[in-house]
Amino acid sequence: MISIRELHKSFGPLQVLTGVSLAIESGKITAILGPNGSGKTTLIKSILGLVKPDRGVIQIGEQVLNGDCRYREDIGYMPQIGHYPENLSLNDVMTMLQDLRGGKHPTDTQLLEKFRLGKEMDKALGTLSGGTRQKVSAVLAMLFNPKILILDEPTSGLDPVASSIFKDALIEERAAGKTIILTSHIMSEVEELADAVVFLLDGKIRFHGSPTEILQNTSESNLERGIARMMQEAVHP
Amino acid sequence: MRTTGKIIKYEIRDIARSKFVLFYFVFFLLLTEGLLRFGGGSTKTLISLSNVVLLVIPLMAIIFGAMYLYHSREFTELLLTQPVNRHQLFRGLYLGLAVPLALSYGAGLGLPFLLHGFNAEGDVALLLVMIGSGIFLTFIFTAIAFWISVTYNERVKGLGFSIVLWLFFAVIYDGLVLLVVAWFADYPLEKAVIGFTILNPLDLARILLLLQMDASALMGYTGAVFQRFFGSFWGISIATVALVGWTAIPFWLGLRRFAQKDF
Repeated sequence: MISIRELHKSFGPLQVLTGVSLAIESGKITAILGPNGSGKTTLIKSILGLVKPDRGVIQIGEQVLNGDCRYREDIGYMPQIGHYPENLSLNDVMTMLQDLRGGKHPTDTQLLEKFRLGKEMDKALGTLSGGTRQKVSAVLAMLFNPKILILDEPTSGLDPVASSIFKDALIEERAAGKTIILTSHIMSEVEELADAVVFLLDGKIRFHGSPTEILQNTSESNLERGIARMMQEAVHP
Repeated sequence: MRTTGKIIKYEIRDIARSKFVLFYFVFFLLLTEGLLRFGGGSTKTLISLSNVVLLVIPLMAIIFGAMYLYHSREFTELLLTQPVNRHQLFRGLYLGLAVPLALSYGAGLGLPFLLHGFNAEGDVALLLVMIGSGIFLTFIFTAIAFWISVTYNERVKGLGFSIVLWLFFAVIYDGLVLLVVAWFADYPLEKAVIGFTILNPLDLARILLLLQMDASALMGYTGAVFQRFFGSFWGISIATVALVGWTAIPFWLGLRRFAQKDF
């Protein structure tokens, strides 16, 4: 379980997270929703240690994040836009990451094969198209078979085929007991995948529960309308 | 430490591909070879080289250092999502750049002398001091460059600030010191001048070279004061300690900043 208590973060005068407390259950897919600029990426990056929170505690299992980097061995991260060293190929990056972990981690290349990335393995990452780079991000996130997957808008650049392959992979991972956190603006996808939904607005959590609860609370017929209703009600109460 | 070593390895591989370090090596090689061949004698060559070394190394180290860190932002972000400690990563990035630069400078300068030999006894020591102080300058200005580019997210700002800082240390600083000396000519300024020297790594490197050259006419005001005040042995020791400080402080400032930075 990942538990977050009273997380605060501001960038200069801009307050992005204002007291987020959240418990993310293991073995489930949790979707973090919210309008642009609501702090989704900052929340995700705080869990990863890429952003240093001003205040608050993040605990992953028994481990309270305190600057020790070893907890990241169990996390796979897929960024919104993957920035990779331009001159290196996917092969180089995979070898490098493996080497950095001391070679003790077995790798999982199923997704690589499903995406048919074999012929792109030795091309410089700088020459790959946006969608292919997104596939690379997905492969790298799952490469070390991590217990926790953190995905920032994972399907936004993928074509329908790749997107379905990826969603199937996520469902398989959940069946294997993985904890998955993702952000998305595609509500049908959230409806399809998520066991729990966290709704973030202006740096605060406004709702945390199952997708069906949203439908019941807002008496709307689908999640997209339910979320839209929640957003409107939060902005103009 | 093992992680740092691996990062250095991958960075050196990346730098080798960019050809800059090779160009840097060839530049010093051709310059030294040319001066030795056409300038006549190792002593003259070393004196000519000293001016180039004092200007070119800080400029190259500070510009390439800043550019490299901006360029490898992607690499940095990728590694930070892995079980890699920020201190190890920063040390790896720093050494992975400073060591190849220092080595290609040392080799570029040293190889032609090994081929041509020396024609005065003191020249061997002078060459070693020159390589040593050049290596110091490489480490110092790479550390300053890293500190700048960790502090400023905007590439243009960081590069601009780097160039201004180089200009300040290489040109403006000496002018300011001279101005102060001229203004307060009636007061005993020796200690103040020593203080000014320690505050500029380029002056420190110059003094190390000049104390070794034994050419007091070339020493300038600060050099002459330094030698009279400390004598050669203490002068060299104090300058060396100050250079170590000049390496450690910017590196530490950059490291501290890097450890707290949001990506």
